[in-house]
Amino acid sequence: MSTALLHTGAQEKKAVLTKKKLLPYWLLAPGIIWLCIFFLVPIYQLISTSTQTQGFGIGTYVQTYRFANFIDAITSSKAQLLRSFEYAFLATTFALIISYPLAYAVAFKSGRWKNTLLVLIVAPFFCSFLLRTVAWEQILGEQGIVIKTLRFLHLMGAQGHLTATPFAVVAGLTYNFLPFMTLPLYASLERIDIRMMEASGDLYANAFTTFRRVTVPLSMPGVVAGTLLTFIPAAGDYINAELLGNPGTKMIGNVIEARYLAIVDYPGAAALSLILMVTILILVMAYVKRAGTEELV
Amino acid sequence: MVDASSSAHGDLILKNLTKSFGEFVAVDDLDLVIPEGSFFALLGPSGCGKTTTLRMVAGLEEPTSGTIFIGNSEITYEKPYKRPVNTVFQNYALFPHLTIYENIAFGLRRRGVKDVDSQVQKALDLVELTHLASRKPNQLSGGQQQRIALARAIVNRPALLLLDEPLGALDLKLRRAMQIELKWIQTEVGITFVHVTHDQEEAMTMADTIAVMNEGKIEQMGSPADLYDNPRTSFVANFLGQSNLIKGSIVNSSGDSAVVDVFGTKIGLPIVRNHAHDSSVLVGIRPEKIRIAPVGSHMTGNILEGGVISDASYIGVSTQYQVEMPWGQELMVFEQNDDGTPPLAKGDSVVLSWSPIFTFGLAGDQDVNAGSEAHPESA
Repeated sequence: MSTALLHTGAQEKKAVLTKKKLLPYWLLAPGIIWLCIFFLVPIYQLISTSTQTQGFGIGTYVQTYRFANFIDAITSSKAQLLRSFEYAFLATTFALIISYPLAYAVAFKSGRWKNTLLVLIVAPFFCSFLLRTVAWEQILGEQGIVIKTLRFLHLMGAQGHLTATPFAVVAGLTYNFLPFMTLPLYASLERIDIRMMEASGDLYANAFTTFRRVTVPLSMPGVVAGTLLTFIPAAGDYINAELLGNPGTKMIGNVIEARYLAIVDYPGAAALSLILMVTILILVMAYVKRAGTEELV
Repeated sequence: MVDASSSAHGDLILKNLTKSFGEFVAVDDLDLVIPEGSFFALLGPSGCGKTTTLRMVAGLEEPTSGTIFIGNSEITYEKPYKRPVNTVFQNYALFPHLTIYENIAFGLRRRGVKDVDSQVQKALDLVELTHLASRKPNQLSGGQQQRIALARAIVNRPALLLLDEPLGALDLKLRRAMQIELKWIQTEVGITFVHVTHDQEEAMTMADTIAVMNEGKIEQMGSPADLYDNPRTSFVANFLGQSNLIKGSIVNSSGDSAVVDVFGTKIGLPIVRNHAHDSSVLVGIRPEKIRIAPVGSHMTGNILEGGVISDASYIGVSTQYQVEMPWGQELMVFEQNDDGTPPLAKGDSVVLSWSPIFTFGLAGDQDVNAGSEAHPESA
């Protein structure tokens, strides 16, 4: 009797232990299933499509492992590919220049206005990305305040325009991804122990030297996170080039979109998408390695 | 930039220094002279204004009024980076992105010193951590970080080194070791150390002179022995160690000694140790100065009879008694366990006595418990 009881006790204990061991997997399950369905399967399809060739009829493709698709894709869209990285780089740089002082002011100088300012930074998200870009079209357009002001000041002739220019595309990209730059910068600046700056001042560094030698290095995690969050989506963006640009400002996103939807060249679009992904991945890895974020606390 | 070694030297002089935050006066009309080359401690409970005083000297806080001088040069409104003052911050504030070497070299590089390398090496030698030069601060233990913070400040040879609760984050054993080491380093380098702490033991171990601060003012200043043996206020008597304070009135004062009536018993009080303004007095005696014996024993000196032991705790080196007196007050007695007799037990009737020379007298209108509730969590 007592041995039987002991036995069941041990079994129950074992069952409880197994349950405990399995718990993390149960918690991970929804995420893993989600990733499989919406990430791994599409990626597999993308890779698979990228080496297919035209079958019978429009939009039907068969797997022929034609790796030359990649070479074709690069040769035909080299200009747009390069332009994408150029615009993304410019937008990231401008976003950083605008965001750093902003994030610094919010983190250290805003006092009781801190929360209000943070809400204002996030406020654009309450409006659709598309709508905001269309709004830029209005702002920079012929009847917009910017053109009128520039003409009034005689800084721009009657023939001058802002929409359908590279300037408009880069400005739109900069604007649209600004919060992605500002928020990580703010988070990382806000975390800096104020005593670090006091210690720097105590050790004969003036305000500028303190900024350069202490504040900037300690905010590097935010700079890296912000630039990545801006650069990656900006490089793949096609809305800004579509709405604010001209045929000469087409980015790789526009090419991919056209190949999928207009030309129905699925393998070409898939090949370009993969090229874009891999290039971004390589650039990001090189950048993170250079920035040395792993050494920062 | 600034060459700390050639700029101001001399005593640190605070004149009428005041700092208010809105209605709250953190530092109240403080006058203080800290002699060059001394190890000075500002001791007090949290919120007494000691850290604010230190921050004003460092230039991290601007005084509401008053002046700060080092020797003949005024630094009251000087920028922190232009003062010949360095600080060892509470929790050290080492730069996490720089190596230990670069942390120590930081001040030297800003001042454009030429032989950075040899000076950093010397500073590392002084704190005996040469082998850690290439590490990052987060790879060091608390005690090691503490020493690096000290080296980073000392390497600049400031006229004045400020230490803000420097040992607060260390465990007891390490704290003891660092107290001795800090004192040794101060003697070695000869820089004026101003040390802020709430830990009376820390202040007494290291400092030549201690200023006890309370509510923005200095209660009393002097050598550790002077403060302990001859406190002037009940705050100092209770904050620095423990004291028995008994209400009494001076009935006769002649020559070197006064006679105080304490609930019907006459006891002696040396005039030089009496700080009462009138006949109303708090008679003070430290617990370890009192001898305790069963009723009927032969006693000399100041004698208080009628006590009953309400609590006895044996703690190895000594036994600590709480003795309830006929007037209801409990007195503390610490008796060394050095005479082979077994400790007395709870409930025993006892007689207390002490040599009159250990008695001190405080103004009778003070709070008997002032400073005791603010007592640090003495380890």
